[in-house]
Amino acid sequence: MSDTQKFGRYGGQYVPEALMPAIEELTDAYERYVLANEDGFMDEFRERLRDFGGRPTPLQYAEQLSDAYDTAVYLKREDLVHGGAHKLNNALGQVLLAKYMGKERIIAETGAGQHGTATAMAAAHLDMPCEIYMGRTDINRQRPNVFRMRLNGAEVNPVTVGRGTLKEAISETMRDWATTVETTHYVIGSVVGPAPFPHMVREFQSVISEEAREQIREQAGRLPDSVVACAGGGSNTMGAFAEFVDDAEVDLVAVEAGGSSLSVDEEAGVAPNSATLSTGDEGVLHGARTKLLQDSDGQIMESHSVSAGLDYAGVGPELAHLVDEGRVTPANVDDDAALEAFHRLSREEGIIPALETAHAFGYLHEHPDAVGDVTVINVSGRGDKDLETVVEETEKRDLDVDVDMSVFEGAAQEGV
Amino acid sequence: MANNPALGAVFERDEPAFVPYLAAGDPDYEASLEYVEALARGGADVIELGLPFSEPIAEGPTIQSAIVRALESGMTPDRYFEFVEDLDVDVPLVCMTYYNLIYQYGEGEGPRPFVEKAADVGLTGFVVPDLPAEEADPLRAACDEFDLDLVFIVAPTTRGERLDRMREQVSGYVYVQARLGTTGARDDVSDQTDESLARIDDWAVPKAVGFGIKEGDHAARIVRAGADGIIVGSALVDIVAEGHENGDSVETVADRLEAKARELKAGAVRGAAESAEADGD
Ligand SMILES: Cc1ncc(COP(=O)(O)O)c(C=O)c1O
Repeated sequence: MSDTQKFGRYGGQYVPEALMPAIEELTDAYERYVLANEDGFMDEFRERLRDFGGRPTPLQYAEQLSDAYDTAVYLKREDLVHGGAHKLNNALGQVLLAKYMGKERIIAETGAGQHGTATAMAAAHLDMPCEIYMGRTDINRQRPNVFRMRLNGAEVNPVTVGRGTLKEAISETMRDWATTVETTHYVIGSVVGPAPFPHMVREFQSVISEEAREQIREQAGRLPDSVVACAGGGSNTMGAFAEFVDDAEVDLVAVEAGGSSLSVDEEAGVAPNSATLSTGDEGVLHGARTKLLQDSDGQIMESHSVSAGLDYAGVGPELAHLVDEGRVTPANVDDDAALEAFHRLSREEGIIPALETAHAFGYLHEHPDAVGDVTVINVSGRGDKDLETVVEETEKRDLDVDVDMSVFEGAAQEGV
Repeated sequence: MANNPALGAVFERDEPAFVPYLAAGDPDYEASLEYVEALARGGADVIELGLPFSEPIAEGPTIQSAIVRALESGMTPDRYFEFVEDLDVDVPLVCMTYYNLIYQYGEGEGPRPFVEKAADVGLTGFVVPDLPAEEADPLRAACDEFDLDLVFIVAPTTRGERLDRMREQVSGYVYVQARLGTTGARDDVSDQTDESLARIDDWAVPKAVGFGIKEGDHAARIVRAGADGIIVGSALVDIVAEGHENGDSVETVADRLEAKARELKAGAVRGAAESAEADGD
């Protein structure tokens, strides 16, 4: 079992005793069904990913971006997965696994609402009751996803402690799980949490790099010089990197949220960023040893990002390990640059990206020389959920953006 | 079965132990000192003193709120150690906290500096709800070095190999979780308690039952079921919270805590007498 527990010094299983048997049961199910394809689990998963999920997603050559940055830019279009983000790959895998395990109920946490939406969809698809925990701040800034979850029959439970973001939602879901563990599966939303979650989620998400690796060889005739992805917990990052980790010539860049500043306010317990890989220290949170935003006492900091899905004080243990090993390069992009990138991609490529994804494009804009001649950027999700936030945040700032965000006056007056 | 002589002595007495919990610094430093001392006056045999962590995933709403109040009033690990030194009680204190605070403390890596400091201020052991036996070797080693105890929690779901692993590692006492879920006072006593106690019947270490105990009658019932001690947190934290919300004086709240402590301790003692009768001795 130990080989599915740790990544170098990171990972492990730091959870209340009541959860340990469930985690052992899950480890066993993961090894049998996912790794060994018992009862044809992986075949069914692949088939459902194709028919329900819309896979494979295209690897699209981006003409405008390639011209602008004088490098061949390929977009891995996870925004075209059903639900609008890579999150479905994992959610579908875990809900199906829960079904194979004979569980009766699904719970999940969500930040941006994309994981909650994906889980609600997968649960409806596989006929399982589902409850989602979501922070009050995130409910406010990702309203469309709240409605989508409810439409799919899931219950959305607001979490009001702390700042009301992903960190608090994860703690709350773990509390639910500690009470209901015998019948309930917790579909964790990223490559975080106690083992085997980080391994299992990476395994479900690695379909991204499996496809991308084959597609880029076909389309560009070679492997890329770099793969760039945004990192909150790190699931789309690990999914996009997994099959390239052994290709030493491919640079892997994980782009975090630089927020409004990389500094921290220890006194207030607040980091105005979510740049865990760049600025965090080793510690233990939500079941794993990993890099964290914490004060010198070990209290966890409130993080910040304009994008709810990156707003988390922790990061996946495997990613922390790969950064220490020098295999993955951590980078960060601030709120303003992410918003500008959001507008740029929308206008120039006709793709409205999630604000999370926009961070990866912010990196391309700031470091076009660092990505080599051929780069793959993971478009982790689409930005429909973010429109309200983008309008509000763009108006609030002095950005280099030329777009009309006003309401049509006549229409507004006549209530049309 | 105890590294620490003071903690060991508690369970060698011929009566069940009453083990209350409060979060240090709830709602503020000075009041909290009074409250912990009131528990000692009320008959506490061991006190589990919470060191507040920002993400207390094993706690229900009651203790979670206590932790928020304590953190907002400025509780930190260093203040906590001062708090322990300032306390005027003659009862062994066990530190209840989460692993990140233990791991992060002091110079160098790992739990040793925290444990050294804890021994220095006179703590007798630890309960760390997010540290299962599998991850506990470094803390276990530091506890052995400084004669402190490491208490593990047996959950209603704990069985088989996990029980064996815990049996090898546990010292001081074993914390028997009376029901699934997070901490919080309840109105009944769970049947899961009997099953959990039965599973560790032949362990040499004393067994203290917690999670949901609220009244003297619950305490009696649990001791009758075979527990060597009872652990009570949320029912006491509720008294602190209510007093704080109503603006009651520190003395008033301390008196209530002392009275509640007496009720719980008396319940435990009554339970022991009843099972002695039932056994015919
Ligand atoms: C579209 C999108 N991209 C990225 C993320 C970040 O999460 P992760 O780093 O786990 O992929 C999220 C999280 O909600 C998301 O919705």
